[in-house]
Amino acid sequence: MTSAADGPGRPEDAPAVAAAGSRDPAGSGAAVASEDPAGPCAAAASGAPAASGDPAGSGDPAGPGGAGTARDLVAVMTGFARTLRAAGVPADHERTQGLLRALSHLDAAEPRDVYWAGRFTLCASADDLPRYDRVFHAYFGGLRAGRPRPAAVTVTRHIATMSGGAGDGDDSPAPVASASAAEVLRNRDVAKLTGAELAEVHRLLALFRVGREQRRSRRLRPSHRGRLDSRATIRETLRRGGETARLRYRSHRTRPRRAVLLVDVSGSMTPYADTLLRLAHALVRCEPRATEVFSAGTRLTRLTAELRHRDPATAMDAVSRAIPDWSGGTRLGEELRKFLTLNDARGAVVVIASDGWERGDVSLLGAEMARLSRMAHRVIWVNPHKGQEGYRPLTAGMRAALPYIDDFVAGHSLAAFEELAALLGGTHA
Amino acid sequence: MLRRTIEASEVQSPGQLTELLDQEAYLADEGLATAAFLALRMGRPLLLEGEAGVGKTELARTLAAVLGAPLIRLQCYEGLDGPQVLYDWDFARQLLHLKAAEAGGVTDAARLEGEVYDRRFLIARPLLKAVETQPSVLLIDEIDRADVEFEAILLEVLSDFAISIPELGTVRAERPPVVVLTSNRTREVHDALKRRCLYHWLEHPSFDREVAILLRRLPACSETLAEQVAKAAVRLRGAGLVKPPGIAETIDWTEALLTLGARELDPDLAAATLGALLKHREDHETVLGNGIFGDLRR
Repeated sequence: MTSAADGPGRPEDAPAVAAAGSRDPAGSGAAVASEDPAGPCAAAASGAPAASGDPAGSGDPAGPGGAGTARDLVAVMTGFARTLRAAGVPADHERTQGLLRALSHLDAAEPRDVYWAGRFTLCASADDLPRYDRVFHAYFGGLRAGRPRPAAVTVTRHIATMSGGAGDGDDSPAPVASASAAEVLRNRDVAKLTGAELAEVHRLLALFRVGREQRRSRRLRPSHRGRLDSRATIRETLRRGGETARLRYRSHRTRPRRAVLLVDVSGSMTPYADTLLRLAHALVRCEPRATEVFSAGTRLTRLTAELRHRDPATAMDAVSRAIPDWSGGTRLGEELRKFLTLNDARGAVVVIASDGWERGDVSLLGAEMARLSRMAHRVIWVNPHKGQEGYRPLTAGMRAALPYIDDFVAGHSLAAFEELAALLGGTHA
Repeated sequence: MLRRTIEASEVQSPGQLTELLDQEAYLADEGLATAAFLALRMGRPLLLEGEAGVGKTELARTLAAVLGAPLIRLQCYEGLDGPQVLYDWDFARQLLHLKAAEAGGVTDAARLEGEVYDRRFLIARPLLKAVETQPSVLLIDEIDRADVEFEAILLEVLSDFAISIPELGTVRAERPPVVVLTSNRTREVHDALKRRCLYHWLEHPSFDREVAILLRRLPACSETLAEQVAKAAVRLRGAGLVKPPGIAETIDWTEALLTLGARELDPDLAAATLGALLKHREDHETVLGNGIFGDLRR
């Protein structure tokens, strides 16, 4: 392992190091976890050089034995923060500074003080705590005295709507003579259409209208009624030299609620991905400033810019060039985590179009869905297979995600897309 | 009785703070005491997250008592905005003043303006009040209920404890107030706000601590009853209820049991007082249905 020589901890190597609990990936010198029962806290505070067995100690610029107490402490804590960061805790520079400030009020030689100070300053959510505990153990090993158990966090959330609206699936439509071609196509599964029929569906999608639920903006603007605008009234009165003027009012503006669409383009979604992306195009066309689209598979890709072309063919061309991982696997959990750091899902309606065939860690998917559900206004999951008769959400990914979904809809036919459009427009069944 | 209070800067250690809180009948564990100590010493807001009823709000109240400072409480809800939390002008009095001036024949607009935007027409809402009051404890309760835009207002205030009023200038706190934010985590608090704060996740107390808290808060409670209640609480928290009871609920429940003259927990009394402990019908059914109270006595 060459971690000590690699310089500043790179996220991809570090989790393994942290888990193994062997040594500091950043090579900050003082941290030899399990071999040194006194721990780097003590070493750092007393200014003593790190344990004799320290493989990286000799090369450490911050530890010229005895003298550099403060610098040792900084080095140890920076290394600790870096390891935490690699494990997914948001322990950045600013937070590390906070830790050092906190330690200046506590006893840096006391493991418990270090534990708590780090927890208060480096962690940002209950989800971080188990990771924090693990890394703390690994990094300052042997210092477990008297520490409490990691938090067992349970977040309860309403049960997703499982029943209702599943419906009319892929059964061939009743051959009503008078029905228009569009009417016949409405309920058919797009994966089972001929080329010409699919082209017709795409043509109809290009004409699709998708409104957006309105949210009340915080901003007030002058209005004829609403709340009395006392400031404006007083100002008006002053303008007239103290003569009581007419009253001024303000009321809240409304804004379209943002929608964020995440389209799974992995292999199992191939029959639907193209049509779903055309739907995404319609969404962007209708509300260009309140829509974001990503593709997810093995790599998260932002497609909003590509979809801004008005012409569907041009847009789809651009999209297919932009997506690097068509028909690959799915690591939805990881993608979702990336998505939540890239994009502010706060207050948005988030639509995930996927069949939930998760290849990665299902518990990660569950955790990220929980986070998403706390941030988003609504979470809608579109699963094309839900349109099929007798569909049950049995894939592990789907089961992990279900508790955090507000609406679970099909998404295999024009009719299903209309249902989704209604949801986005704020009509909930 | 005159109780001696203490300045935030005089608190020397988490241990000392634990004792001070204990004098006010709040039993803080090591983590919480350390978090509160750091908040006092570093002048940083303390963000407490945890399930409802673990004592988040109570800590702010107790800190205020310890410091002999007024508790300024801001209960959050969706739609809070600047005039409701920062300051507002007393419109009615401003108008009256203008009327009076008009009657007195004053027409100098600049003078009128100066008079109307005087400090005495300013209504201090919680945040301005906290900045102006020394010392004070500001409790921003259930921040997760407010919307994101409100967090932006807080960010400004909590980063330098100053509020700028265009007509008057900037009001700045000489010493930052002690700020406690609580969140039940119904939504994620914005990271920018979290950065300003010390973060602490508050858990349900351990069995021993819960017994100690019950005895401390309810002197009439027998040790047996406290232990039985705490044992039941631990069990109920693991029973997958919609709303597991917090420490606030167990205190309520014990009080209800004491009111009915209980010296020990028995299934009938427990069932009769269950409403003090569990607030969901489903939870009542779960608990009564699986006979959790059946084998409580020992």
